[in-house]
Amino acid sequence: MTHESGYSRRTALKFGASLGVTFLAAPALAALPQGQRKLVVIICRGAMDGLSVSPPVNDPNYYALRGPIAIPADQALKLDADFALHPKLVNIYALAQAGQARIAPAVAIPERIRSHFEAQDLLESGGDHLYASTTGWLNRALTVQASGGPVTALAVGAQDPLILRGSASIQSWSPGGKVTQDMERISTVLQDLYAQDPTLSRAFSSGMQTEAMAENFGAGDMTAKMQSQPQRIANDVAATTAKFLTQPGGPSIAVLSLDGYDTHANQGNVNGQLANHLKNLDDVVNGLHDGLGPTWSDAVVIAVTEFGRTAHVNGTGGTDHGTASTMILAGGALRRGGIVGDWPTLADAKLFENRDLAPTLDVRQVFKGVLRDHMGLDTRGLDQTVFPASSSAPALEGLIA
Amino acid sequence: MIASKTLDGAIAVTRFGLGATPGELADAADDPRGWLKAQITRDGAEQPQGSLPGSVARVSDLIAYQGEIAPLRRQRKMAMTVGMVGQDEAADEHAADELKQERRAALQPLLEGVRDEIFARTRLATATAQSFRERWTLFWANHFTVSTAKLQSAVLVGPFEREAIRPHVFGRFEDMLMASTTHPGMLMYLDQAKSAGPNSMAGLYRKMGLNENLAREIMELHTVGADAGYTQADVTEFARALTGYSIGAKNDGPDVQGHFLYRPLLHEPGARTVMGRRYGQDGEDQARAILSDLAASPKTAAHLAHKLAIHFVADEPPPGLVARLREAYLASNGDLAHVATTLVDAQECWTPDARKFKTPYEFVVSGYRAAGASPSDPAKEIVQPLTFLGQRPFAAPQPNGWSDMAADWAAPDALVKRLTWATKFSAYYAPKDGAPVDVAAATLGERLTAAARTAIARAETRFEAFSILLMSPEFQRR
Repeated sequence: MTHESGYSRRTALKFGASLGVTFLAAPALAALPQGQRKLVVIICRGAMDGLSVSPPVNDPNYYALRGPIAIPADQALKLDADFALHPKLVNIYALAQAGQARIAPAVAIPERIRSHFEAQDLLESGGDHLYASTTGWLNRALTVQASGGPVTALAVGAQDPLILRGSASIQSWSPGGKVTQDMERISTVLQDLYAQDPTLSRAFSSGMQTEAMAENFGAGDMTAKMQSQPQRIANDVAATTAKFLTQPGGPSIAVLSLDGYDTHANQGNVNGQLANHLKNLDDVVNGLHDGLGPTWSDAVVIAVTEFGRTAHVNGTGGTDHGTASTMILAGGALRRGGIVGDWPTLADAKLFENRDLAPTLDVRQVFKGVLRDHMGLDTRGLDQTVFPASSSAPALEGLIA
Repeated sequence: MIASKTLDGAIAVTRFGLGATPGELADAADDPRGWLKAQITRDGAEQPQGSLPGSVARVSDLIAYQGEIAPLRRQRKMAMTVGMVGQDEAADEHAADELKQERRAALQPLLEGVRDEIFARTRLATATAQSFRERWTLFWANHFTVSTAKLQSAVLVGPFEREAIRPHVFGRFEDMLMASTTHPGMLMYLDQAKSAGPNSMAGLYRKMGLNENLAREIMELHTVGADAGYTQADVTEFARALTGYSIGAKNDGPDVQGHFLYRPLLHEPGARTVMGRRYGQDGEDQARAILSDLAASPKTAAHLAHKLAIHFVADEPPPGLVARLREAYLASNGDLAHVATTLVDAQECWTPDARKFKTPYEFVVSGYRAAGASPSDPAKEIVQPLTFLGQRPFAAPQPNGWSDMAADWAAPDALVKRLTWATKFSAYYAPKDGAPVDVAAATLGERLTAAARTAIARAETRFEAFSILLMSPEFQRR
């Protein structure tokens, strides 16, 4: 309704002013000479099994190691002679066929850790070792001047992930909200009360702005669907994320988290527990692709997990905590190409600690390559601020078209 | 420092407790520390009330459900193998939908049971006169997280908390650890029940094998902590020792079904070495000995002390408090009543500034308490709002449970969601009697600031005044 959108604009202006920056006029990447560059990071929590995401169907040890949970070669989606994608990743596969998706089949964080929570911390903080940093690398990336000017980021979900925490203000959004007139009135009072509480003050004004933005483009109320079909909401959330990214003055970076990848038992193969979660991931990528529309050609999507799982199937039809896993890269801004990084093979002697796929590539190398060539960050900022002590992990060349 | 007694009363009820109900501040003000200590009771926590089946009954429901659903699955599989699937897409979709519907129908009673548990537990939290006792309990329930993230454990989350956690919250930590590790809820949630040693009978002749999930999380999350210096070999050795820890199934007979069952045929034979110590025991006692040593470890004491101090005082807890709690744990052999008493007596817990930001569950519960109300509709009043606020009860996404840190909960979107809830809640529950400033004073006592008092006094309606109270910084924090 006209009344509501009028309210939203007012709110946005008011909170923008109170922050000392005018939100709507904030320079976004629209100013970038390269065009409107977008980056989406999807964190797959729980240790996603790379050997099922991109089964190495031609590796002589794959089927012996994996037994009942291996993905049969005739059902896997063939990428090349050696690798395939899980049958549930149909949309990502279509992108790969078009040269807009690639896999890095053996990536890992810089330290060998098998705790989910420590490994997620390291993945998101971007340090060279655990507890080196308490802020997130993508937040620090916001603080480094890119060639096109400052950019903003959006966290999708009820909690802000570590990867986006730090000194730069970020936006956050999750489905289910609807700002009413009552809320608008009360929010002015609260803004005064929060004046002495910087944490609440900053977060609250940013949250109201983002809601106003969502209302302006009609994010829609997903309340009913969240209740009746929570598993079907992935695509909608991704579509809304894409709307944020394509708003004038909207964020350039978005982060989503998916969970449920900790498949210690009854992991399944073509169908089953893991397959359902991979379908979810595929839906998210598809929702981003469709939602971004023409902007997709200026976008990169990274799906990454904290570590991989054991090369062997375990005793209960699942896999335990391992080391290297698959990272998925998608987006129209990617350079067409084969797998990213080397394949260490699953030969006995090549397994890390006799149990896990060994890493051949540091996740930071991919992140740095994307931030430099896609988002326009310079090497100095990357090596000193975004990924401190990472000169041994140089930016990967040739990822971006 | 001469602390005001009434301020201490407000701290006791809001920081240690779950927020004031009308009149509660007055009860606590006379002797705040005594009021808290009276809640430290050897018999453990209060139990949620209602018709709540235990784990044995729930396992039997689960088995019945699987019995109902298995033939449907078989039919579908059969249709697939004989090629009935894949010929007519519309018919396939219809068949798949039908299977889903039947599954959903069979699931319904199971899910209603979960809802009943959430309802009973939340009503207890909103109404109890001993809310420190309940907060302490919620801390331990979260420490030993079992989640609805998996169906098998979903139906057991409630029974797990009532059977393995609540009785032990003021007993010895080792007893709670043992109760947790042998409870069907935990055995299901962390995939222990079917883990078999490679050289056990089941490993050698039935191709069963090891699953190291529970072993790792016990070390990392429940006891010594991730930084304790153990290796992958320690985890694997502990996992081998734990083999055989299982649950009675249908074939084991009605007296055993749904109970903890040690299965010697799954147990890896031989001695184990974990964190430098050798365990030569046979069978079930081997893992018990390791658990006992883990519970007694100074690293466990430090890990728990740190977590407790974070929960009760600040995200970056005072080192002195952490050290005192650790000593209390070690000196008392892990007696949690003694640790709780030490916490109440510690000066660091009574600083006037409220540094803890409430989790969504704490926020909602304290809202009901401020209104002197209890929820009456579990879906609309508890599950839905808490899902939007990011903390669906019993559904922690990962085994480390819910975070206690402001950085995780004070996100921009989260605050807007809190305001959404506060206005909806106030529309129904804003107290109808008394001046709104008096309601605020009865909720926060001396913690109510002049600014919030003025804002509440100026509000046009009771609804607006109560919304502002709920969203005030002093109510959001504790």
